[in-house]
Amino acid sequence: MPDLALTKKDFTSDQEVKWCPGCGDYSILSTMQSFLPELGVPRENIVFISGIGCSSRFPYYLETFGMHSIHGRAPTIATGLAISRPDLSVFVITGDGDSLSIGGNHLIHSLRRNIELKILLFNNRIYGLTKGQYSPTSETGKVTKSSPLGSLDTPFNPISLAIGAEATFVARTVDSDRKHFTEVLRAATAHKGSALIEIFQNCPIFNDGAFEIVKDGDTKGAALLQMVHGQAIKSETHGLIHDGASLKVVELGSVDESDLVIHDAHNADPSYAFALSRLSSSELSHVPVGIFRDVERPGYGSMVNNQVSDIIKAQGAGDLNTLLTSGDTWDVE
Amino acid sequence: MTKPVVSLDQVTIRFAGDSGDGMQLTGDRFTMDTASLGNDLSTLPNYPAEIRAPQGTIPGISSFQLHFADHHVQTPGDEPDVLVAMNPAALKANIKEIRRGATIIVDKDEFTTRNLTKVGYETNPLEDGSLDSYKVHAVGLTSLTVAALSELSLTRKEAERSKNMFALGLLTWMYHRPTESTENFLKAKFGKKPEILAANLLAYKTGWNYGETTEDFAVSYEIAKAHMPAGKYRNISGNTAMAYGLIAASQRSGLKLFLGSYPITPASDILHELSKHKKFGVITFQAEDEIAAIGSALGASYGGALGITTTSGPGVALKSEMIGLGVMLELPLIIIDVQRGGPSTGLPTKTEQSDLLQAMYGRNGESPVAVIAPSHASDCFAIALEAARIATTYRVPVFILSDGYIANGSEPWMIPSVDSLPDLHVEFAQTQEDFMPYLRDPKTLARPWAIPGTKGIEHRIGGLEKADKTGAISYEPANHDLMVRARAAKVAGIEVPDLLVDDPDGDATVLILGWGSTYGPIASAIESLRANGEKVAQAHLRYINPFPKNLGAVLEKYSKVLVPEMNLGQLAMLLRSQFLKDVIPCNQVRGLPFTTQELVDSTMAVIHA
Repeated sequence: MPDLALTKKDFTSDQEVKWCPGCGDYSILSTMQSFLPELGVPRENIVFISGIGCSSRFPYYLETFGMHSIHGRAPTIATGLAISRPDLSVFVITGDGDSLSIGGNHLIHSLRRNIELKILLFNNRIYGLTKGQYSPTSETGKVTKSSPLGSLDTPFNPISLAIGAEATFVARTVDSDRKHFTEVLRAATAHKGSALIEIFQNCPIFNDGAFEIVKDGDTKGAALLQMVHGQAIKSETHGLIHDGASLKVVELGSVDESDLVIHDAHNADPSYAFALSRLSSSELSHVPVGIFRDVERPGYGSMVNNQVSDIIKAQGAGDLNTLLTSGDTWDVE
Repeated sequence: MTKPVVSLDQVTIRFAGDSGDGMQLTGDRFTMDTASLGNDLSTLPNYPAEIRAPQGTIPGISSFQLHFADHHVQTPGDEPDVLVAMNPAALKANIKEIRRGATIIVDKDEFTTRNLTKVGYETNPLEDGSLDSYKVHAVGLTSLTVAALSELSLTRKEAERSKNMFALGLLTWMYHRPTESTENFLKAKFGKKPEILAANLLAYKTGWNYGETTEDFAVSYEIAKAHMPAGKYRNISGNTAMAYGLIAASQRSGLKLFLGSYPITPASDILHELSKHKKFGVITFQAEDEIAAIGSALGASYGGALGITTTSGPGVALKSEMIGLGVMLELPLIIIDVQRGGPSTGLPTKTEQSDLLQAMYGRNGESPVAVIAPSHASDCFAIALEAARIATTYRVPVFILSDGYIANGSEPWMIPSVDSLPDLHVEFAQTQEDFMPYLRDPKTLARPWAIPGTKGIEHRIGGLEKADKTGAISYEPANHDLMVRARAAKVAGIEVPDLLVDDPDGDATVLILGWGSTYGPIASAIESLRANGEKVAQAHLRYINPFPKNLGAVLEKYSKVLVPEMNLGQLAMLLRSQFLKDVIPCNQVRGLPFTTQELVDSTMAVIHA
């Protein structure tokens, strides 16, 4: 990495941060600002593009290029930018409503194309900016302003969705765990194509404590199944074993340590990562965190630009006069 | 014995058949051969939205009309002089529009009881005298083609497919068109399928010979070259001209061309054409939907490319919010709307001009954009360059309102020299202290085009209202008022050329004012009216937002202003509201261009009201 001698302060804009006190977004922002110097990319070559929602105010607080766009559409704008400007590092900031409801189509298509975007999905399982309606990740039965008798919707599992959409890099972390989040960011930015990071994020106003079980010091050790490539997947109390074609959580000690699943993030078969993604239920009793899947596939932007450069290499750059006078022409004297 | 040759000054031919009969290809080939002969021409392809409607039915009929002459041609012609009908459905669907005395060539093999019944003919029109006022040639197009190809190892069905080439060969003989270009075209198209190539060439030749040798066709016709300004010409459709114009704009500006598009009739051919020209550095991105298409174009624009999206009316509806973001971000963006019949899915393959108000006002908030419209097929080339000039100079979304008629229609085009094209060079914001992303250029009111990758001018923009100059979020009442007015003033101040008025003696009292693709039909009507001694002036708007500065004075000068539009009076509404001029709307929405005659009749009614 080139040493650009940048610090966290260099990535902090002059805008006053306006999230609610105690919002998980503060910690995500701070972690990102601390991480960016390590990326080794000049500030002017970094672009954050967001949609609409609380999380989408994120770009205003970073001293890079940024665009706060429209609801659900950040991946589309980021796609055009990333394809046409392969020299840039493009991040997409989105929330569960922004990316999984109104913008669901763009999220899945960005992932399947493997556009060179790092997508940070702040999942707080609620609509915050519109003041507390259930979101596509809210648990069934959730009572909110728009669901006084309980939500009837079956929630999306963002990790399962991403894997189903042919994503090449899928990870999950928790807003308050800076160390873990930084490790995931490091791997995501090193990945060549699309990377989706789901961040469990607490909304202290409309959905406080939604992730308490994976944040509280007393419970998180047992709830979080740590996924580290090449190591056994386990929490402090539980481990993972193969169960036919699926995976099963068992108490440590009930099986031989050597029977535990050794994590292979580079497994080409997506059904492995998908099985991992299904371990997390709405109750969060066992939640895998870390990198579910990290496989290589050519990035879309690089393929687009290769098509252009290959044809220019083979046929020479286009000549406008030749184009205009191509085909059947005739001269009038 | 040599057959007599009759000289004509103009002819209109319509080829009509099933969607699978290859009528568009037949028409295209006849057009190319006619263009290279030096006639002026105008075409009207007309086809159903269904790819293959049931065979032999009226909804499945596809047609291609071509008007060519020894003089300047403005329209594809009102009433064909010649109809080629490949089956009873094609005859029934078109006969009402064919003038009495016209020549009708039909494939008599298709006039079976079953086929006649299918379209409601109780008796055979070839035998019941109902076509007595036409010159009918009942030719066994199918049987003659099959017989001619009997030596080849083709099934009957395969052989029958070449009957369109038989018809083309026959018409080529009738009108003395050269055959080399079509022969070369077939060789290139079917080079890898020698049997199919042989079948097509043989059918084409047999059709030509049929005209030459049979007594059924006693005379053939010649149409002398049209007088056209000296230069190199090609025939071009509106969609191809648009694609070439965009490439030219990219070359002349030095900006990378980025097209974000989602397939939609009748705009897709621009995507197809541009995707062939990657060696110009062109990037075409077929997006997952209309919103992603324009989003990617805006993202590319933000990065310093020439961002373009192509669509039709329903697609514009989906793109509205992103166009609003373009207005707010004040970035260059070109939106090409190849209009079709609406509302909703409407008439996907038919023409209309009913998206004008959608382009002007179809967004939330005060959201002004530039709106321009090409007047005829080859004008799409120049209009694309104009859109790029306005978008990059004023950092604003620009609508181009083309339509199905000029997008698919074609005409000869004098190819411009590359050096004569405008210089579209643009400047990006440079590294500087205390950069202000919304500091306006005092002349154009444009903000800087500040692209990522430029050190020291990192900044944030978005859809929220901005503070003047700094671009920071601002909910300040006075600032919003200022910014809304600034965006409006910027668009209102776009420099556009004055409206030219064609009023030879300067004493006409009636003006026909059109916009977009009605240019040809209006010009043709004006010629006809003047030939009858009427005093009529013509003016045509290529710039709709903003209007030319002299438009008010022009409207003032004429006591009666007729405004023909293929909608229910959308330009008329704009003119009335802006100039308090009680213009006279003249409207039709049949999915086809105006005929010369209906415009003549409407104008006469106004003159003599």
